[in-house]
Amino acid sequence: MNLLAVERIKLFSTRSPWWCALITLALALGFAAIFASAQSADTPVTLSATLFGGTQFGIAVVMVLAALAVTTEYRFNTIRTTFQAVPHRSPALVAKAIVLAVVALVLGELAAFGALGLGMLMRPNDGLGLHSSQDWMNVAGLGPVFAISAVLAVALGVLIRHSAGAIALLLIYYLAVEELVQLIPKIGHTIHEWMPFNVANKFLRGSAVIDGDGGGPAPSDSPLSPGWALAYFAGIAIVFLLVALGVAKKRDA
Amino acid sequence: MIEATGLTKRYGKTLAVNNLSFSVAAGQVTGFLGPNGAGKSTTMRMILGLDNPTGGQVTIGGKKYHDLKEPLRTVGALLDAKWVHPNRSARAHLLWMAKSNRIPASRVDEVLETVGLTSVAGKRAGGFSLGMSQRLGIAAALLGDPEVLLFDEPVNGLDPEGILWIRKFMHRLAEEGRTVFVSSHLLSEMALTASNLVVIGRGQLISQSSTEDFVSRAAENTVKVRSPQLAELRDALQRASAGVVAEANALVVSGMDSDKIGEIAAANRIVLHELSPQTGSLEQAFMQITGDSVEYHTGLDAEAQHVLESAK
Repeated sequence: MNLLAVERIKLFSTRSPWWCALITLALALGFAAIFASAQSADTPVTLSATLFGGTQFGIAVVMVLAALAVTTEYRFNTIRTTFQAVPHRSPALVAKAIVLAVVALVLGELAAFGALGLGMLMRPNDGLGLHSSQDWMNVAGLGPVFAISAVLAVALGVLIRHSAGAIALLLIYYLAVEELVQLIPKIGHTIHEWMPFNVANKFLRGSAVIDGDGGGPAPSDSPLSPGWALAYFAGIAIVFLLVALGVAKKRDA
Repeated sequence: MIEATGLTKRYGKTLAVNNLSFSVAAGQVTGFLGPNGAGKSTTMRMILGLDNPTGGQVTIGGKKYHDLKEPLRTVGALLDAKWVHPNRSARAHLLWMAKSNRIPASRVDEVLETVGLTSVAGKRAGGFSLGMSQRLGIAAALLGDPEVLLFDEPVNGLDPEGILWIRKFMHRLAEEGRTVFVSSHLLSEMALTASNLVVIGRGQLISQSSTEDFVSRAAENTVKVRSPQLAELRDALQRASAGVVAEANALVVSGMDSDKIGEIAAANRIVLHELSPQTGSLEQAFMQITGDSVEYHTGLDAEAQHVLESAK
């Protein structure tokens, strides 16, 4: 519990987490507003379009927040002070991952429900709302996906240690690699089905084909059920975290 | 209190610390002396469990650092004053450290008061001058009221006022019965602060002794003699197998103390105008002792020669 408080103090006593949090919320609400106002009045705006800012860009910003929380410690050598205070190292890093996961979870819920609320306010006749369990997952599920993404980013931050390197890798992977993999002949699609963020999308949006041009991203092609998809995504983050803990323990600080 | 046995650290091909064994006694200031690049910081990081030794081990009060429960309460350390997030306030920096080892938050204000940073406690640490950063680092080291304190080059880059402050502070800590292990590349500084010295060069132990012993052994003592009968005195001293170097109107005698020189002069009925023991400069002595072990010494000389020759 102590170590959680330590990481909470560290995180909120600097400015970048606050900025990242604000940007995440601004993107989620901003895109909800843009989609709601840009869509012609006779085509209803879909739920996934309303959540576009959070699901597509919010994750990226949350991962930047989480990666920075680790890499700045390496940048300013406070990681050494941390390891001096907690010589076994892993408890301190796990505490950091938990604190960032909780912050990301809260941010995700705020972003998702905020975007939904704004969408309903701006398009009261489009039937936006939480009508099915899939709708619930789509909105409330953003928090858990944010949390797992944050853990993944913490792990990569520990492994890479440099802010620019970690952020570049995370963003290039997230924004480009998963999509481009599909271009590989024959096996490309099979690989894509198992790429972590694609699987996370399966949890968020299911595989229901959204007809018409309601906007928003295409559904995931993952063969997993939404529940297993979340478990798979979390599993990958945990594997990365365990590798990071092992490396951090062996490495000279 | 601190016991290193066969401590070795290898980075790739370079041997930073080589089979280093020494002990730091409790309740005293022990200086850790060596030229830059001798392996002092590496050794300190190994004491704190930050770097893993390639071989050997180091214990604090019989325990490895990893086995200390709430280590900040046993060992306080200032390795680098700039190891602070620049946008975090001094108080927040100390607060998270305190929290990690269950040190009450009230202690944070206490140590800030001790080092005189209370008025800037809420300010960003990134805006601190080196002297202030150093004080913050000392506050962090004192946080857990530890028995053992480690300081790596604490006076480096400080102004005379700051140096004096640190020096007095070390004495105070030792008077309180704490074990202080402080590194420096300046023997003159260590002569003023430390009662014991662990001297290393190129990662190897050169000597461990009291500061007094080291200094007297280091400085080759000479005696300056003036006399109207210099030539006679010179012969007499040389017969007694002392080393004699002639200076303008004086002799510099080595290998013999002033008592003996006076007796020889009296026996030969030689008038003396001056008989004064000279103590060599500490830095000179230190260079003499660690001279062979300065890492880049010979390389630099050869390089300088090379540059000079190519310039011709």
